[in-house]
Amino acid sequence: MTKTSLRTAALAAGSVLLALSAVPSRVAAQEHGGPGDADQAEQFHEEPPILSTLLVDRLEHRWRDGENSIDWEVQGWIGGDTNKVRLNAEGSKPVEGGVEEAEFQLLYSRMTSEFWDVQAGIRHDVRPRPQTTYGVVGFEGVAPYFFDVTAQLFVSEDGDFSARLEAEYDLLITQKLVLQPVAEVNVSAQRVRELHVGPGFNDVELGLRLRYEVVREFAPYIGVNWERKLGETADIARDHGEDPSDLSFVTGVRFWF
Amino acid sequence: MHEASRGLSRRAALKLAAAAGLAGIVTVHPGRRVFAAADQSLDLAVERTRITIDGETSGAISIGGSIPAPTLRWREGQEVVVHVTNRLDEATSVHWHGLLLQGVMDGAPGFNGYRPIGPGETYTYRFKLRQAGTYWYHSHSASQEQEGMYGAIVIEPAGRDPVRTDRDYVVLLSDHTPEAPESVLRKLKVSEGYYNNGRRTLVDFFRDARRDGLGAAMDDRLAWGEMRMDATDLADVTGYRFLVNGKGPKDNWTALCDPGERVRLRVVNGSAMSIFDVRIPGLSMTVVAADGQNVVPVKVDEFRIGVGETYDVVVMPTGDKPFTFFAEPIDRTGFARATLASREGMEGEIPERRPRAILTMEDMAMAHGGMDHGSMDHRTMDPGSMDHGSMPGMDHGAMQGMDHGAAARPERAVGWADAGTPPGAKALSYADLKSFSKARDLREPSHEIEIQLTGMMSRYIWTLNGRKFDEGAAIRVAYGDRIRIRFVNTTMMAHPMHLHGMFVELENGQTDRMPRKHVVLVPPGQVTTVQLTADEPGEWPLHCHLLYHMASGMMTRFIVEPRTASL
Ligand SMILES: [Cu+2]
Repeated sequence: MTKTSLRTAALAAGSVLLALSAVPSRVAAQEHGGPGDADQAEQFHEEPPILSTLLVDRLEHRWRDGENSIDWEVQGWIGGDTNKVRLNAEGSKPVEGGVEEAEFQLLYSRMTSEFWDVQAGIRHDVRPRPQTTYGVVGFEGVAPYFFDVTAQLFVSEDGDFSARLEAEYDLLITQKLVLQPVAEVNVSAQRVRELHVGPGFNDVELGLRLRYEVVREFAPYIGVNWERKLGETADIARDHGEDPSDLSFVTGVRFWF
Repeated sequence: MHEASRGLSRRAALKLAAAAGLAGIVTVHPGRRVFAAADQSLDLAVERTRITIDGETSGAISIGGSIPAPTLRWREGQEVVVHVTNRLDEATSVHWHGLLLQGVMDGAPGFNGYRPIGPGETYTYRFKLRQAGTYWYHSHSASQEQEGMYGAIVIEPAGRDPVRTDRDYVVLLSDHTPEAPESVLRKLKVSEGYYNNGRRTLVDFFRDARRDGLGAAMDDRLAWGEMRMDATDLADVTGYRFLVNGKGPKDNWTALCDPGERVRLRVVNGSAMSIFDVRIPGLSMTVVAADGQNVVPVKVDEFRIGVGETYDVVVMPTGDKPFTFFAEPIDRTGFARATLASREGMEGEIPERRPRAILTMEDMAMAHGGMDHGSMDHRTMDPGSMDHGSMPGMDHGAMQGMDHGAAARPERAVGWADAGTPPGAKALSYADLKSFSKARDLREPSHEIEIQLTGMMSRYIWTLNGRKFDEGAAIRVAYGDRIRIRFVNTTMMAHPMHLHGMFVELENGQTDRMPRKHVVLVPPGQVTTVQLTADEPGEWPLHCHLLYHMASGMMTRFIVEPRTASL
């Protein structure tokens, strides 16, 4: 398949999903209906059906041996209990210099059970070059023992498959002091030369952040972050004169509204 | 503070009721905006205002110029006309909680043809009082009730009141937050545990491990973690100030009474979200009415009052000293306080605060009955000592001497029902309630309706039978039917279930004297059954009276259909 046709397909799929998400799940209400006012009884008593929120989960300065960087991870959604449109963004830039990595996701998210949402949509990476668009399917939720889990499968416009699994946990030391371990692993089904990725496990990232919730919505934190490129991806990095392993100390803020 | 909401002596109350009784009504139209032909009718305006609690002022909504709204003192048999004028820029409504009346007068928007009162509009309520007792009124629109739209109703009996007292006071409990209710609900939806500042921490874990052993503490955390539930989830919202008749603990609302007088306190829980444990240290209370209906007097040291419930108690202060009326919400995030004293300005002691309970697997019985939580045995109570199946609410008094022992008591309370009642003290149980008069309808229920109290706590979705209000089907019963409702609470929170338009009779072990209630507090993980005679035709709201539970979907339509002639 050509690059353009795949992009078109992905875009079309995304729009359909978004349109679907706008269909209110209120069919049942009409079934038992009742006279005029009764139809409105729900709206008189229930919350506004559409809510939104934006969480800047990480906005941090990373200190490392080489070049220090600013990294971010943002999540937001708009929608109701069952259907939501989600926006995810993450990226990194050297303190001095332009953006090195920047990824955006626009997903339709649907509640499938109390603890799980199934998601589908589009991911677009502005950096690294070349810009790449992916189709995304995945799920997000809370696993037993309160692990926050996100698993995503990507198909790039060139037909390359890759996947990402993230898990994090909030350990309350006190009501306000929270220790958060995070783990992320990326896998690729094939070599993608332009993106310096080999097949198999590409990299693993482990983080540990200690945040202090001044209020629930605002928490500064400190922590460490360790990334390690794996397999062929690590070899490619070495060939480019990069260190496949990266340890950094971080300080940042988490906030939401 | 509105004058009428202060307590009145019995004689003054009777005089007022008699005067109000003169309000004759010429015409009765069921429709809206009827001109009242009575010379004595009541005008209540709903408007934005400010409320000052313990010196801090925040936004609020009042009915009739005050928070709480003026106490309406009426008399049984009287025809009542109330003009409610909406001076807000949003729709409003006033619902007469616990009153038997024609559906359109009930004031729940979208039910029985009642439409909300638009900005600038006036709606005329008109109904005949078919009952006596303590009730209340509040907004049934969005979350206006949280913002101050509540007030008490006292209806004197047409005949002789079996309860003879020297003083008669309304004690209206409520919770006030300076936050906008919409913002509270949004926060609960976005981050369900937002307001829980009593979550279990690593520090707690080490403390538990030291006391119970590392293995036990670990097993306990794993059991809750496996369910993805929180053992400290007692109340959804915090940041509240707890009020007695609109006054904060420092403002100290005072009921004047002389030593030796018999004082009737009409306790109404007009909170949006707070269930209280109520006591008056040093005084025992005699419960004489529940939800406005007289009960055979029962002497207690404390009682738990769910949102929307009312209890009338008689107390007799002795000695010329002040007594503290103390109401703690079950999550112990503060307290409401008032004083019984012979002079203004006197203050009793503030009692020691009770520990906050940690939920147990017992509280999860319905949701997770089949799970093996053997490791939890050390902290759950001996099920044999309490009959959970048939006994809604538990006798706190009977729980003394359980394995958690008196020594551990000040440190922690175990299980939703554990109010931290000290050994030897008597807490009211639903099982103690016995109707003062015999039931009129003694038929066995002809059929049973099961209503599961359900929800997805982590997403703050609350449902009945797994469905939100907009998704669920109405419950239909035939006029005149005798039915049983089984409330099966599958959640880990207590839900005060309120049925409009009718009383239900609580199956609490009584036979022909089951207590008549309009709100039934269903404990977490328990089953509570009630009977009712469907003798009020209409489409009545049936909902959880926790405001944000209702707003999240915990509501349904209970339709009493006119019996069509059997052709
Ligand atoms: Cu509820």
